[in-house]
Amino acid sequence: MSDGPLPVVSYLKMPPGGEPYLEGHRCQECDCVYLGERQHCSKCSARDSMKAVQLANNGTLYSYSIVHRSFPGIDVPYISAIVDLEGGGTVKGNLIGVEADPEKISFGMPVQVVYDDALGRKDGEGNSYLSYFFKPS
Amino acid sequence: MADAYIVGVDMIKFGRFPEKTVPQLGAEAALLALDDCGLSISDMQALYCGNLNQASGMVGQRILQEIGQTGIPVVNVSNACATGATSFREAWMSVKADVYDLVLAVGVEQMGKGLLGGGGGSKGISKEGLLGSGTMPSVFAEAGLEHTRNHGTTFEQFAKVSVKNHHHSTMNAKAMYQIETPLEVVMNAEMISYPNTKLMCSVNVDGSAAAVIASEQKARELGLMDRAIKVRASVLTSDPWQERDLVMPDVNSCTRMAAKSAYEMAGLGPEDVDLVELHDCFATAEILHYENLGLCEEGGAGRLIDDGEVELGGRIPVNVSGGLLSKGHPLGATGIANIYEVSTHLRGEAGRRQVEDAKIGMTHVIGLGSACGIHILEKAA
Repeated sequence: MSDGPLPVVSYLKMPPGGEPYLEGHRCQECDCVYLGERQHCSKCSARDSMKAVQLANNGTLYSYSIVHRSFPGIDVPYISAIVDLEGGGTVKGNLIGVEADPEKISFGMPVQVVYDDALGRKDGEGNSYLSYFFKPS
Repeated sequence: MADAYIVGVDMIKFGRFPEKTVPQLGAEAALLALDDCGLSISDMQALYCGNLNQASGMVGQRILQEIGQTGIPVVNVSNACATGATSFREAWMSVKADVYDLVLAVGVEQMGKGLLGGGGGSKGISKEGLLGSGTMPSVFAEAGLEHTRNHGTTFEQFAKVSVKNHHHSTMNAKAMYQIETPLEVVMNAEMISYPNTKLMCSVNVDGSAAAVIASEQKARELGLMDRAIKVRASVLTSDPWQERDLVMPDVNSCTRMAAKSAYEMAGLGPEDVDLVELHDCFATAEILHYENLGLCEEGGAGRLIDDGEVELGGRIPVNVSGGLLSKGHPLGATGIANIYEVSTHLRGEAGRRQVEDAKIGMTHVIGLGSACGIHILEKAA
């Protein structure tokens, strides 16, 4: 078992002694930003054109759904949100700190990325995980 | 290149048949399509078989093991919810390429119940409900609310799609359900992923559909031109790059590309189309495709459903079969079932739901991930 929490996805980076952040890759040819790691660019087809970049912790809500039925053991309702980060990169995650009511949610609302425990979920070996969420800013 | 024609086409009534195997279900549709044109499996020169859940299971060969092992080439096709349309298109291409002049395409699927998607099992812990949702109702809710963001489309307008398609299905004996669902019933049904309620999600059913495709010369030789359907366009696209691809599967760009190519190939425009069977996997999706297929102007989809233009009797009836929402959505069969529906109208054999004077029809499917298949069909002259 790991000493501390593990990152929930490979693009959540936890530098020792630093603040966690989301990582993307920017194409050096066309400037397109991808969430996570990749080697080639599927927009302009450039090869080996990618450079790792730290994504912003602020952005705006692009679209969402309010999930009322999910798999057993998953708390509902919750807001599944698609967020455009400032400077590039689009990320999906739970929007928290807002009532799960379409009247309370507006397109383009500013949000920030916050990092917290993965809702108490643990893997088969008992490891806990650090996840990310969106909160109105 | 000579034209290719559908000479036989049919589907089984969609439903739940746990007592049957996938090859048995496929065999039923294959025989129905062969009967539709009075031919036998021994007349077929190749079989193109679409199925998703047993993609590695040689379903096409097992269908022949049910109805006639004639030794013909079999191609098994898997392309998400565009699987049936892709197998039809492969069959069509083989005739257009003059490799064969009489071939069979089958689409078949046996489904479980419940939510599709979101189970993505990578290592670590489940991400569903932690990093948003990957279930299909949520993915298509998010695609629908993107339309709301851009054009102000309302929950009620999305819900009207289900009212319409459920109404249409009451005239289709082959639909899984034939039940009227008034607007308040649709809107007050269990919310699955806002804005999609349970009645705005397609039905997981078992089903199969099949088509016999012939070259023009072969169709004439066999005396089958009377009820033949000309394939005016057959197009398949994959998803071109879009900036939100990694978190938001895009069903719009590949549809727009496919529609543009299909209209060009057929040498006509959306104003020439008399009916459309499009991929209403969720009520939200149907709204997007009105614009993607050019049935109305940009942003006009809400008005189109409000004004009743897409109902039977309206300007451009959409999903008169009941659509995936009520007829049901057996993934691998759907793309051929909608070809059956349009063909039936072009033949003037659709009974109570007949679109009057239908001459040109369009079918559309989306396989998420993504693939878009479009066919434009016309009654043979």
